[in-house]
Amino acid sequence: MKRRVHPTPAELGFDSCSVCRLVSSPDERIDISRCPRCNAKLHQRKPYSIEQCWAFTIAAYLLYIPANLMTMMETGSLVSYRKDTIMSGIIHLWKTDFQGIAAIVFIASILVPLFKLLALTLLLISVQRGSTWWPMQRMRLYRMVEQVGRWSMLDIYVVTFLAAVVQISSLATVKAGGAAVAFGAVVVLTMFAAMKFDPRLIWDPLRKENRP
Amino acid sequence: MSHLTEQLVACPECDLLLKEIPLAPDGAAVCCCCGATLYRNRPDSLRRTLAFTLAAVIFYLVANIFPILGIELQGNGNASNLFGAVRSMWHEEMRLISILVFITAILIPALELSILLYLLVPLYLMKQPPGIPLIMRIMSAIKPWGMVEVFMLGILVSLVKLQGDFSIFPGVALWSFAALTLLLAAVAASFNPRDVWEHLDYSNKRQAAA
Repeated sequence: MKRRVHPTPAELGFDSCSVCRLVSSPDERIDISRCPRCNAKLHQRKPYSIEQCWAFTIAAYLLYIPANLMTMMETGSLVSYRKDTIMSGIIHLWKTDFQGIAAIVFIASILVPLFKLLALTLLLISVQRGSTWWPMQRMRLYRMVEQVGRWSMLDIYVVTFLAAVVQISSLATVKAGGAAVAFGAVVVLTMFAAMKFDPRLIWDPLRKENRP
Repeated sequence: MSHLTEQLVACPECDLLLKEIPLAPDGAAVCCCCGATLYRNRPDSLRRTLAFTLAAVIFYLVANIFPILGIELQGNGNASNLFGAVRSMWHEEMRLISILVFITAILIPALELSILLYLLVPLYLMKQPPGIPLIMRIMSAIKPWGMVEVFMLGILVSLVKLQGDFSIFPGVALWSFAALTLLLAAVAASFNPRDVWEHLDYSNKRQAAA
C-alpha cells in the first residue's frame, strides 16, 4: 500500500505555522515571512535541522563518556566511604536488595540516554540518505525519543536531593561528583537534538517517489 | 483570513495538507498518513484547565515552601525543601547542576502556571489579555523543560535509598508534589491551544468588521 503523502502546503503555495498551526497563503500576510495570526517566522522545514541535530548529538556522545566514567556520588559516614559511578551505584542498589529501584535507575540513566543517542543517529543517517525505509516506524522512534528523554534527569534530581538532605555533621554526608555535570549536559544536549530534528524530513523522500 | 485557507490544516509531523472536519465532543482528528494528532475537541477546555491550574498553583506553593522530608540519625537530624537542595548544590560548587535543577523543577513550572493564569483568567471573564501570540510562543518553547513528574520520581528513589540508614519523616511538601504532578498532567490533558487561537481569530474578525 502506498501511503498518501500528498499534498504539502508548500506544493500549493501555502505555509503552515509551527506555533499556531495556521495555514496561510502569501497574499494574506502583511510580512511575507511571518504568520499572519501569531507573527512567528514561517519555515517549510526547521532551518539547519540536520546540521544542528548532528552537532548536539555528537556533543552528547562525547559527554556520555565522562558521565559514565567519573564519580556521580560520594557517600561518607563514620564507618564507610564510597565513590560511585552511575553503574556502580546501580549495582550497589541491586546488591542491597533494592532491585526494583535499581531497575528504574538503570533504565533512566543508562538505557534511555543510550537509546536516544542511537535512535537520533539512525534517524539522522536515514534522513540524510533520503531513505524511504519504514517511515512509520522511524516516526514512532522519533516520538519515543521526544517522550522518554526527560526521564534521564532522574539521577540528577536524586543526587541533588540526597546531597541536600544527608548533611548530618560528620555522621553522614553525600556529595555530587563530576559525572553529574557531564550527565546533566548529556540530557540537555539530547533534548536540544530531538527538538532540532524535523520529523517531516522522514516523509519527504516518499513524496519524491510517489509523485504522480 | 481568506476563504481559501480557512479550512485547511497541515500535519505538524509529516506535512500532509488536509481539510478540517468537525469533531464530536472529546474527539480528535488524526493524520491519515503518520497518525499524529492534528487537533482535538475538548468541551469546556479553558474553564477546566483554569480549575486545574488554580489547584496546581496552591500545591506548587506548598510544595516549594515546606520541607519535602526530614531524616534523623542518632538524635541528629536534617530536612530540606526543593530550594534548599538547589542552594546547597550551588554552595558545593556544582553551579551548573544547581541552575539546571532550579530551571526544570522550580522556574519552568512556575512560569507555565503564571502564563496559564494570565491567559485563562481574562478569557474566563470574556476579556482578551494582550500579547497572546508571544505568550503562546513562550509556552510552547518552555513546555519540554518542566520536569515536575521526573523530580517526583527522584524523591521516591531518594526515599528508598535513605530508608535503610535513617529514620525518615515525610513532609507536607512530599504529598503536595504528588498532587502537583497529577494536576499538571490534568492541565496538559485539558488545555487546548486551538481554543485560544479561535478566541483570537474571533475577536480579530470582530475588530475588522467594526
